[in-house]
Amino acid sequence: MTALAHVSLEVREGEFLSLLGPSGCGKSTLLRAIAGLDPLTEGRVLLHGAPVVAPPPGFGMVFQRDVLLDWRNVIDNVLLAAEFEGRPHREMQPRAMALLDRFGLAAFAHRYPWELSGGMRQRAGICRALLCEPEVILMDEPFGALDAMTRDDLNGELARIQQEGKRTVVFVTHSIPEAVFLSDRVAVMSAGPGRVVKIVEIGLPRPRPLSLREAPEFGREVARLRAIFAQLGVQKA
Amino acid sequence: MSAGAPSGPVGALGTAGVLVALLLLWELAVWAFASSPLLLPAPSAVVADFLETPGYYGRHALYTLWTTVAGFGLSVVLGVFLAVLVVSSRLAERLIMTVLVVMNSLPKVALAPLFVIWMGTGAEPKIAIAVMLAIFSIVADMVLGLRSVDPEAVALARVHRASAWRILWKVRFPNALPALFVGMKVAISFALVGAIVGEFVGGSAGLGHVILVAQGQFDTVRVFAALAVLGVMGTTLFYVVEAAERIMLPWHVSQRVDGR
Repeated sequence: MTALAHVSLEVREGEFLSLLGPSGCGKSTLLRAIAGLDPLTEGRVLLHGAPVVAPPPGFGMVFQRDVLLDWRNVIDNVLLAAEFEGRPHREMQPRAMALLDRFGLAAFAHRYPWELSGGMRQRAGICRALLCEPEVILMDEPFGALDAMTRDDLNGELARIQQEGKRTVVFVTHSIPEAVFLSDRVAVMSAGPGRVVKIVEIGLPRPRPLSLREAPEFGREVARLRAIFAQLGVQKA
Repeated sequence: MSAGAPSGPVGALGTAGVLVALLLLWELAVWAFASSPLLLPAPSAVVADFLETPGYYGRHALYTLWTTVAGFGLSVVLGVFLAVLVVSSRLAERLIMTVLVVMNSLPKVALAPLFVIWMGTGAEPKIAIAVMLAIFSIVADMVLGLRSVDPEAVALARVHRASAWRILWKVRFPNALPALFVGMKVAISFALVGAIVGEFVGGSAGLGHVILVAQGQFDTVRVFAALAVLGVMGTTLFYVVEAAERIMLPWHVSQRVDGR
């Protein structure tokens, strides 16, 4: 089965790029290929001009489910990223604690994942992805399983974090407002077979407060993306 | 509590109450029907016999205990090692699982005399038979535990460029511990069965030997006393494994106090 066909996409350094599309458009497949997890049967992924065949260094990933290990407390789950990379645990400890503090989880550092709410668990997952100072962060619908209010909170936090570190983020979502709020560019994808239909620049100024979503220019960007999906027959206008 | 008797002080009292009631009924029945002690001795007679020679039962019980624990320990170490091999290589999987399944479908008790021929009448054949009975559940449950790992946890490890060994040690192995304990709770009872079978077919020590000798002398009281000691030993061993589980896996769903 062909999950993706004729995808050509360039991710710019320091940008926030969203892969936006309906279920089954291959956005997760594309993300996993970028991560070097599942090699493409045809085509190539290049990082600084070199082909990616296995997970390259300097990547962090956040999944839809938080993927915290039940037997580790929160800080040890964050430190897992360093342990996987074989970095000394002790050196990373202060950084892990600082990240947890940044995300309001300092008081929960020694709690176990099952004692946390869904939003807190996903925050811990983001801390883990940030621990080793990644050059690129890949996010696979990280807020898809959260309630709307927690989702808003995390959108705001993510926007701030990304701007602070000027990190490259590739973000998979099927929410148009979420993509508009967070992204510099949005790659609009369509299914059957999965492909990138159009790349849309989001012209909204930064920093973007959550209140921006009430502004008319925000509504215009959302409407512009909706119109593209309507044309594709995915969504009614 | 994940298995066994109902938990809590009320549950424990209830269990003790049922046991005492059954023993009383037994005592009364023996007294009422005046059955021959050759067929069914009264519980009081069994207790009296035990109290007369506690050293005799203690010595033999210790021997059975040590062969059981040695057999159990060996099957855990060997079983975990085999399980890791099974999940690491297709060839190892074919080889090990075929041998284990064939071995497990044989009535293993029938192999006991062979072990006596090979290893003599000391502790070794008893331990070997205990291992043979106990190892299958360890391997089967450990393989299941190592395999039922969240694929996204493995993906996460790979993004951070963890080696296969590191993934095994940091993700798969801890993930498999709850399943391993399920296997261990089954294995501890099988190890005791193996030790007793070993004592039946050769040697001159252990509670199995006591039962065999008492049978030759039609000493039913002694058979019952040995059985009672065995019952206490088997139950205690099971709860020791369960206590170890509770200490080692406080994070597991089955151990959470509030049931979340």
